[in-house]
Amino acid sequence: MKKKLFFNNRLYAFIRKEWIQILRDPSSFVIAFVLPAILLFLFGYGVSLDAIHLPVGIVVEHPTRLSSSFESSLKNSIYFSPLSYQTIQKAQLDFQKGRLIGIIWLRGNWSRESLAFGKGTIQTIVNGTDANTARLLEGYLLGVWTGWLKREMIDQNIQLSMPISQEIRVWFNPALITKDYLVPGIIVINMTVVGALLTSLVVAREWERGTMEAMLATPLTKLEHFVGKLLPYFILGMGGMIFSFLLAVFLFKVPFRGSFWMLILSSVFFLLAVLGIGALISNISRNSFVASMVAIVTSYLPAFMLSGFIFDIQSMPVAIQFLTFFFPARYFVSILQTLFLAGNVWSVLSWNLLVLFFFGVVVNGLCYISWKRRLE
Amino acid sequence: MWNRVVGLIIKEILVFIRDPRSRFVLIVPPLVQMFIFGYAATFDLFRVSFALYDENRTYHSREFIAKFIGSPIFRLKKEILNDSQLKDEIQKRNVLFVLHIDRRFDRDLLSGRSGKVQLIVDGRNSNTAAILTGYANQIIADYNVDWIKKSGRIPPPSQITFRAFYNPNLLSQWFIVPGLIGILTFVVSAMTIGLSIAREKEMGTFDQLLVTPLRPIEILVGKTIPGLIFAMAQATLILLAALLWFKIPFHGHILLLYLGLFFFLFAIIGIELAISSISSTQQQALLGVFFFLVPSIILSGFSTPIRNMPEPIQYLTFLNPMRYFLVIVRGIFLEAKGLDTLWDQYLPLLGIGLVSMSFSWFLFKQRLY
Repeated sequence: MKKKLFFNNRLYAFIRKEWIQILRDPSSFVIAFVLPAILLFLFGYGVSLDAIHLPVGIVVEHPTRLSSSFESSLKNSIYFSPLSYQTIQKAQLDFQKGRLIGIIWLRGNWSRESLAFGKGTIQTIVNGTDANTARLLEGYLLGVWTGWLKREMIDQNIQLSMPISQEIRVWFNPALITKDYLVPGIIVINMTVVGALLTSLVVAREWERGTMEAMLATPLTKLEHFVGKLLPYFILGMGGMIFSFLLAVFLFKVPFRGSFWMLILSSVFFLLAVLGIGALISNISRNSFVASMVAIVTSYLPAFMLSGFIFDIQSMPVAIQFLTFFFPARYFVSILQTLFLAGNVWSVLSWNLLVLFFFGVVVNGLCYISWKRRLE
Repeated sequence: MWNRVVGLIIKEILVFIRDPRSRFVLIVPPLVQMFIFGYAATFDLFRVSFALYDENRTYHSREFIAKFIGSPIFRLKKEILNDSQLKDEIQKRNVLFVLHIDRRFDRDLLSGRSGKVQLIVDGRNSNTAAILTGYANQIIADYNVDWIKKSGRIPPPSQITFRAFYNPNLLSQWFIVPGLIGILTFVVSAMTIGLSIAREKEMGTFDQLLVTPLRPIEILVGKTIPGLIFAMAQATLILLAALLWFKIPFHGHILLLYLGLFFFLFAIIGIELAISSISSTQQQALLGVFFFLVPSIILSGFSTPIRNMPEPIQYLTFLNPMRYFLVIVRGIFLEAKGLDTLWDQYLPLLGIGLVSMSFSWFLFKQRLY
């Protein structure tokens, strides 16, 4: 019996039965293909940290040539859409209502003091509630102000150089398009959710409905049962993965600089890990409500928050950084961000792949052990 | 009629309370997530590793670099000696940026020209790159001001100052943690209420409910109120964690927050009940809940501002209850907003709630007659 394992009719028949079951239950297909597509669309178009056209108010108490040249530099920047106010009170009212996220205040004596060396100060008030946007706003405003100052000094023939001048070069994504780094991460979230949902519900549901019991009464061996159950979902998951990849490259036009085979290899390892986690959860809980709950708690939100997809892992407290090692999404995000934007950087890929592989082995091993053959 | 409804409510609560796993699911995961995400979900940079490529190697270059090393935001990981190493360090993600000091740095600085400094940044995470650049620019600007004072150089003709209201140190935790109250309450209520009716259908107990004298509207009320009670209790737990553990400042009125929470839960429970009654199996319901949950979180402004989204998607967010609740909870926490500025956030929640509740009621009726 052991000799013919994997090539015998039993396993073939079982996989075929599972496959038909998947085909006839539309929800599995929806999870594998429709869900990733919708997620990619939403994330791809909906998630962006590119702060442009920030609504700011500019208060000019005594308009002069200088203030209007500053105002027009502000208007010409894509980062701002400024509204003019005559008094600070009016601007503050809109600021409190949330219509403005910043106020740029040129006080009455500003243009008299400005360009009189070191006196004229532009005061800026920022709504700090959304700290990230506030910080970006400060950075952009500093840029606009520096550019304006340089032009004004040239116009007025003021020879002056700052003690230090900096040049900033950004590699891999020079225009800082957030989409290019978010889309690879989105694929990871997608596949985490898809993988965990596919298996966590299915196996638990079989326990609940008693069809698992029926399977136990067949001559299938434990290994055949295990493989036959997971293999169809693995194929479905890979289909969803390739579909997401094509959408990312052709629809969202994210550059892909690595090799396709690396992508496939890492996806295989990753999917084995997440499918194994889903099946393990259902084996332990044997209740589809609890299994789905646990699967979502351990897949979607951690993949969103702890994978380095949007929040930088290096900046988290050490204890939380340690925790991120237990979520396979972390490794896959690192692999995909590198494959898409930088190419085959072996030192990044190799250890991430290795960890993913071990993850898959351990999880599936545990799953196999917990695959009970006895009725209670 | 009220006797029957109260009976149903008590039954629903007992069903939930008597199942130890459900009890666990309601309390433990949200609290654990609150603690983990409250720390993890941050855009603030901290101890970002960088490599130093100092071609000048003088007292003045060291003095300048000390500003970077002394900042809690940056951490010097390595010194490099040539261009090829520079490329390697960034590509392998060993460091996030390289600080490159020009060979003639001290001569330029001392002779009244500009000392040249270059920053080479890993753009794979473009938001980190943008924030990092901002911090670096700030350090350089501060250094410039100090140097001008010290050396008696002519100061630049204008200056700019920044002041942040509501969150003076620009901590993203103050922004994210109040939002988590909404997100976590939402996730758990979606998983419990969204699956409840589908679960009963699968087990056959929904048909038992239908043969009782309860009318559709009574079933609706009987299903909504326990959900509301549990979600409120859970939100209170998370709120306490935000206030007592994370010490997020709370400037507004607590009753306004609970009013917002009530309207928000009313709206999402209506949608969840509708999803649950359309589905015939738990798996379908779970999928439906997911299709609702995921976009609601992404398009809510929780992690990325709605302002950045393309216009058609911005219109779509008006249908999202989470969008309004986040404005309410953040406004009350940090900006001490009152009804005068928030009423336009409460009304849409009520509207969405009424529409979705009537839709669920309609679906119940369909099933009955």
